Amino acid sequence: MNLLAIIGEALRALRQNRLRTGLTMLGMIIGVAAVVLMLSIGQGAQTKINQTIAEMGSNLFIVVPGATSSGGFSFGSGSIRTLTIHDAQAIAELPIISATAPVISGTAQLNYAAKNWSTIITGTTPDYFSVGNWKIESGTTFTESDLRSANRVVVLGSVTAQNLFGDEDPVGKTIRITNRPFLVVGVLMAKGQSLTGRDQDDNIFIPITTSERQITGNQFPGSIRLMLVQCKSADEMDIAEIEITQLLRQRHRIAKGKENDFTVRNLTALADVATGAAKVMSMVLGAIASVSLLVGGIGIMNIMLVSVTERTREIGIRMAIGANQRAILTQFLLEAMMICFMGGLIGLLLGIGGAWVVSQVADMLIVITLGMIGLAFLFASAVGIFFGFYPAKKAASLKPVDALRYE
Amino acid sequence: MLSIQTNHVGHSLIRIEDLCKSYNLQDANGNTITNQVLFNINLTIDQGEFVAIMGHSGSGKSTLMNILGCLDTSTSGSYWLSEKNVAKLTNDELARIRNQKIGFVFQGFNLLKRVTALDNVATPLLYAGIGRSQSRKQALELLRRTGLENFAMHQPNQLSGGQQQRVAISRALINQPPLILADEPTGNLDTQTSREIMSLFQQLNRDQGITIVLVTHEDDIAAYAKRLIRLKDGHIIYDMDNNANTTVDKLSRTFPA
Repeated sequence: MNLLAIIGEALRALRQNRLRTGLTMLGMIIGVAAVVLMLSIGQGAQTKINQTIAEMGSNLFIVVPGATSSGGFSFGSGSIRTLTIHDAQAIAELPIISATAPVISGTAQLNYAAKNWSTIITGTTPDYFSVGNWKIESGTTFTESDLRSANRVVVLGSVTAQNLFGDEDPVGKTIRITNRPFLVVGVLMAKGQSLTGRDQDDNIFIPITTSERQITGNQFPGSIRLMLVQCKSADEMDIAEIEITQLLRQRHRIAKGKENDFTVRNLTALADVATGAAKVMSMVLGAIASVSLLVGGIGIMNIMLVSVTERTREIGIRMAIGANQRAILTQFLLEAMMICFMGGLIGLLLGIGGAWVVSQVADMLIVITLGMIGLAFLFASAVGIFFGFYPAKKAASLKPVDALRYE
Repeated sequence: MLSIQTNHVGHSLIRIEDLCKSYNLQDANGNTITNQVLFNINLTIDQGEFVAIMGHSGSGKSTLMNILGCLDTSTSGSYWLSEKNVAKLTNDELARIRNQKIGFVFQGFNLLKRVTALDNVATPLLYAGIGRSQSRKQALELLRRTGLENFAMHQPNQLSGGQQQRVAISRALINQPPLILADEPTGNLDTQTSREIMSLFQQLNRDQGITIVLVTHEDDIAAYAKRLIRLKDGHIIYDMDNNANTTVDKLSRTFPA
């Protein structure tokens, strides 16, 4: 019997029992749809995290002042202002380091015309924008000469710009920061949320010198809240960390055996942890969805076994008129595989549709790849063959005389 | 198309030597009980014969029939079909023999449910590896000859018993086998229809030289055959020619329609 004829017989058998075929298929549909949906959500989360990490800037360290303790009480990191702008300049001169950006920050009230807005103010150097991978939407960043002269210039984050100016172009306008006029020189492109969920676009940036002298003030002049340090190569992060630590210990004259008065954090390592977590989440979601596919497969096996029992006499008749074992095996295996294939196809469409709905409703990034579609199909076919084989084998190995006599 | 090659008339189509069949059963205590159904059967059937195997239920006639049809295997002894030792054949070869050499006609018709008469008749051709459209063409031709072309697209449950049995006979004939095995073919039919079916068998035997082996417990049905074999408790108790076999004309007088 040629394959085409067997496919015809299998299709006819499936059509004869539409309701049962449909219900069996439903198990497959739900399984494949769940796998596709879960994989696309997991993949979406992973992609989102990767984007955020790329936006954060690559090969970054964040150096914060160390904890201080007084009479046995530890005040937590940053409680003493041991880092200075000069530390940042010294670190920038290490050959392994491409740039550093010292940061002092505070909050400030902004006014433009009748609107006002309160936001975080970051005083830093022009290098901050390249180190932090910020891109300019319009205008420019402030310059080294702005820094030297402590000019009243400001770069706005996109959310802040939107809130103060609406559709108006802010570049060239003057805003008031705690009642001092500042010229807007540029607006940054939106970045979205940080890994910790903070809105990174509600922010303004001014030269660190201007900030220190006119806005945030400084209890200890020259001290900074933190600095970003960018290493030239991802492979040299470990060496860079040691070099930064040695340099700072030397500059701060910390004796051997004493603790550091600063902390160097490797942000790339943090990103690796986040990526790893997203991968695990993807795998867990996929595994949970696979369980439903497995249950669907067991449903198929169950129905196929019932079908073989119910059609024992038919199998006997087919054997009597010349069907060999392979023809019977192929017919029943094909029936199971067709259920899987059609269920897989419908489930795939449903999964993609579901992913689209989730992306719209929950505002989540959903990623569907060809590999995912292939995987779902491969899995569905494998389930069909695996769970269809035993019933088909059982049908094919019946003795003709027993099958014919079966009531 | 339907003419059967008759060049091996005279050769023994079926040769059975010392054939025994027994079943192993478990009794309530788990002991194995051997239940022998056929005892040292010796039988030769030549091409072109019309044989009736008679006997009451439990005589072993159905078991013998299943062995003849390669649906079951013997416990001991040998069975030669067209000079081939059936015991030495593989499952695939047995399937091919059932497909090519033997046409089955059953008491309960055994048509495929929810499959049209046409496709029922065509199915053995599909298993012979012939394409669907060619198979249907041949099946339709055969249904036309048995006067069922108007019922080709009917499913078995839309046909009368006589029509179903004629579909089953068409199915048995589609691969032009030299042998037809009919197991109580009139068991579910009324007298008039039985007579029509038996006359069809006689015609196939007479005109096309097809060997027919008929199993029945009814003497008047067996009377259509040219040779009578009676089985009792697994032994052949007689094997004789039926020179005064019934023809449709005689039967018409005996049982007026």
